[in-house]
Amino acid sequence: MNDSLKATFFAECEDLLEALSSGLAVVSEGAHDAETVNAIFRAVHSIKGAAGAFALTDLVNFAHRFETVLDRIRSGTLEIDAEVLRIITRSSDVLADLVEAAQSESGAIPEAMDGLVQSLTDLGEAPAAGGAAAADAFAFEPVAFAPICLDLPAAERVFHVAFTPHRALYENGHEPARLFAALAELGAVEVRCDTSRLPELDRLDPAESYLSWTIVLRGDIAEGRILQVFSFVEGLCDLTVDLVDEGVPHEPPALLVHESDGTDKGGAHMAPVDTPAPAAGPVGAAPGGAPKAARPATPGQPAAAPAATLRVDPERVDKLINTVGELIINHAVITQKVIASGIPQNSDLMADLDDYRHLAREIQEGVMAIRAQPVKPLFQRMARIVREAAEATGKDVVLVTEGEATEVDKTLVERLADPLTHMVRNAVDHGIEPAERRAAAGKPLPATVRLSAAHRSGHVQIEVADDGGGLNRERVLQTAIAKGLVSPDAKLSEAEIDNLLFLPGFSTASTVTNLSGRGVGMDVVKTTITSLGGRLTIASEPGRGSVFTISLPLTLAVLDGMVVSVGSETMVLPLASIVETVRPRPGDFMPIGPTGTLLSIRGAFVPVVCLGDVLGLGRHEIDASRSILVLIRTETGSQVALAVDGISDQRQVVIKSLEGNYRAIQGISAATILGDGKIALIVDPDAVVAMASQTPPLSPLADMEFHNDRRAAAG
Amino acid sequence: MTTVLAIDDSLTIRQLVSQTLEAAGFSVTTASDGREGLVAFDKARFDAVITDVNMPNLDGFGVIEAIRNGTTNRRVPILVLTTESGAELKDRARRAGATGWIVKPFDDTALIDVLHRLTGGQARQ
Repeated sequence: MNDSLKATFFAECEDLLEALSSGLAVVSEGAHDAETVNAIFRAVHSIKGAAGAFALTDLVNFAHRFETVLDRIRSGTLEIDAEVLRIITRSSDVLADLVEAAQSESGAIPEAMDGLVQSLTDLGEAPAAGGAAAADAFAFEPVAFAPICLDLPAAERVFHVAFTPHRALYENGHEPARLFAALAELGAVEVRCDTSRLPELDRLDPAESYLSWTIVLRGDIAEGRILQVFSFVEGLCDLTVDLVDEGVPHEPPALLVHESDGTDKGGAHMAPVDTPAPAAGPVGAAPGGAPKAARPATPGQPAAAPAATLRVDPERVDKLINTVGELIINHAVITQKVIASGIPQNSDLMADLDDYRHLAREIQEGVMAIRAQPVKPLFQRMARIVREAAEATGKDVVLVTEGEATEVDKTLVERLADPLTHMVRNAVDHGIEPAERRAAAGKPLPATVRLSAAHRSGHVQIEVADDGGGLNRERVLQTAIAKGLVSPDAKLSEAEIDNLLFLPGFSTASTVTNLSGRGVGMDVVKTTITSLGGRLTIASEPGRGSVFTISLPLTLAVLDGMVVSVGSETMVLPLASIVETVRPRPGDFMPIGPTGTLLSIRGAFVPVVCLGDVLGLGRHEIDASRSILVLIRTETGSQVALAVDGISDQRQVVIKSLEGNYRAIQGISAATILGDGKIALIVDPDAVVAMASQTPPLSPLADMEFHNDRRAAAG
Repeated sequence: MTTVLAIDDSLTIRQLVSQTLEAAGFSVTTASDGREGLVAFDKARFDAVITDVNMPNLDGFGVIEAIRNGTTNRRVPILVLTTESGAELKDRARRAGATGWIVKPFDDTALIDVLHRLTGGQARQ
C-alpha cells in the first residue's frame, strides 16, 4: 500500500469527519431528516470501507459498530433521544481520535472507546429487527475469493456438467463462453451446445435463453473448483456437476426427453456448425454438435437472412460529421472571400461555389442518415414498461404508439431511453387513475398511454400522453410549498404550477412511489432533455389527462438558427424557439414599472427583453424605429419578445461547444463559426428570459475578452 | 485494452481500484456517485463496471438497474464492491442484475482475476 494512497485516505477522512460533525450539529438541533442522517451514515460507512484497505482494524471495528447504530436510526428502528445523541456525538469524537492515531501510527486507543463500544453494541442490537445483521458484526470476509481448500484430486477425473442458463444470466452480464474458458483452465473440456429449444426465427425472443450446454471436463480437478467457476451464476442457471467414473464413454448421461415445439429448425439458423439431431435424451439438453465457439443466445443478432448491413464504429461516423461541419464552414469562408475579392455574382466561379454548397449539404445529410434510427425499438421497450407498471399498480392500461418509423439520431435514441422509461412509468403510476375512479367518472377501460413520435419543422417531437385525471395542481402547489420550492403566498399561473414538477427536489419520497422512483426525478428527465438541446413541456387538463412533450433537434451537431446582430456582436437564436419576428410600430410599446416594457401584439401583451442588455453588451434603448423584435416561446409556453438590432440570415450552423473550449456562459448555449470566420454565440433563449427576470441584471459577457477570430474557438 | 468504470464515493477506494487495475493493464475511468457513474457510462463503451453500493444521489443498485434497463451496453459485466458480505446482499445484488461481487477490503489479485474472467481477459470490439 503506497504512501500517496494513504495520504488520500487521511485527507478524505478529514472531509468525512467534517461532514459527520456538521451533520451531527444539524441533528442535535432537532432536525433529523432522512438526508442528514443518510449523510452521517455515509461518512462513517466510507471511513470504514476505506480503512479496511489499510487493515486499520481498530478503526474498522469501531466504525462498524458506529455504522450499525446509524443504520438503525436511518431505517427508523431507533429513535434519536438525548442519550442516543450523546453516544453518537461522542462516538464521532472517538472516531476522529482513531483516525488521528492511525495517521500518527501511535496505535493509541482513545480512553472513551471501550465504554462507547459497549453503548454502541447495546444500541446496535435491535430487539427484534435487524438482529441478524447486528449480531454478525464482525463477519468480514477478508478476501472474497480466498482460495478454496481442494479435495485431494484423483489422477484423472471426468465430470459431466449440465448447464442451462436462465434468461437472467444473460441479463446480469454473464457470458457462457467465459465460464467455459474458466473451466478450460481447470482441465480438458469438451463443450456441446444444445439448440433444440430454439424456436422458429420469427418467434425468437432475442433476450430469451434457449441454449444449454453439456461439458465434459477431464483432469486433476476438485469439484469445488468447478463450482467456484459457477459461483456468480448460482440461481441464474440450472447446473448439475456429476463426477462420472473413468472409462465412461464421452457421451453425456442419458436424461429425459425435453419437449420443444421448435424442433431443430431454429437451430439450423443459430448453430453455425453441425446442426444437431434432436437426440432423444438429455433433460433439456440434447447433445448438440456445435463446438465451444457456439454463440450464446445473446440478443441483438438473431442471425437473420444476411441483409447487407455494415457495422461501423460510431466514432468514425462522428468524426465524419464533424469534418462535414468543417467543410460547410469552409465553404462559407471561401464564398465570403470570393465576394470580397470583387468577383461578380454571376460568374462561373460563383455557380461552382453553389454546386459545392449543394454537394456539401448532400454529404452532410447522408452522413446524418447513417446515424438515424427509427424509434421503434425504443417504443417497443416501453410497451413492456407499461405492462409491468400496470401490473404493479393493478391498473388496466394499454400503450398506443404512433410514428414508430420516425428516425432520430442514434445518440438521441439511446439517451432517450431513461427519460422515456421514467415518463411512461409516471404516466401509468401517477397519471392514470385507479379503476374505480375511472369507472365513477365514466371513463373507458383500459386506460390509454399514448406514445408518439413525429418530425415537426426540423425537430423531433415525442409525446407521452395519458387519459388519466390530469395534474392535481392544488397538490403540486402544496407539495412545492411544503418543500420550500415556492413561497406560500406566491401567485402562480397554471403553467407555472405544472412546471414545478421539473424542479430539482420536487419529486422525493412522498410523491414518488416505489414504481416511479428509481432515484431519478422529473428534474433529471428535464436536465437530460435539455442537455440534448431539447425541451420538455407539459400540458394537463383536469379529468382529461396530461401530455408531456419532448422536442429535440434532429441532430446534436447542427442547429437551425436565425443570425441576429446585437450591438457590434453577431449572435444566433435557435429557430425552434422563435414564433415570429416583428418590426414594431411606435404605438406598440407600453411601459410597465420603472424599466419594463410590454409589446402589444394582436390584443395581447408580451414582455420585451433587450438581448444586449441582458448579456451585458451595453445599455440599449428599445427604440421602435430601430429595434426588431423576435417573439420566442419559452419552455413554460409563455411568449417573450427579444429586442435585437437586426436580423441578417437564417441558416444551419455547426454547433461548437463553448464549455469544451472556453467555459460555460450564462445565457449562451454554444458557439458557432460563421462564413466570415467570425465566432457567433448561440443564445439560450430560456436562460436569457430567466436572467432578465432577475434583479440586478447580470453582465456575463462584460468581463469576457472577445476574440473575434477563428482561433479562439478552433478545436 | 480492457476498460473499466469504477464508481465509488470514496476517493481512497477510487484511487485504490485505479492503481490496482491500471498496474494490471486495465484502463480505468472513475465516478464519485451513481448519477455521475451513469453519465460516464453513457460516454464510452466499458468492458466492465465496478460499483459501490452505498453512495449519494444514486446507489449501486440504482446504477445496476439503470444500466440493465438502458439501451447501451446493457449486458456489461457489473461487479459490486461492498463492505457488506451477507448472503442477503449478494442476493439483492444478483436480483438487481449484478454479475458478481467483491467484498472490501479486497485482494488485488482476486479483483484482477475476477475481472479477467468476466471480461474474457480482453477488450470487446
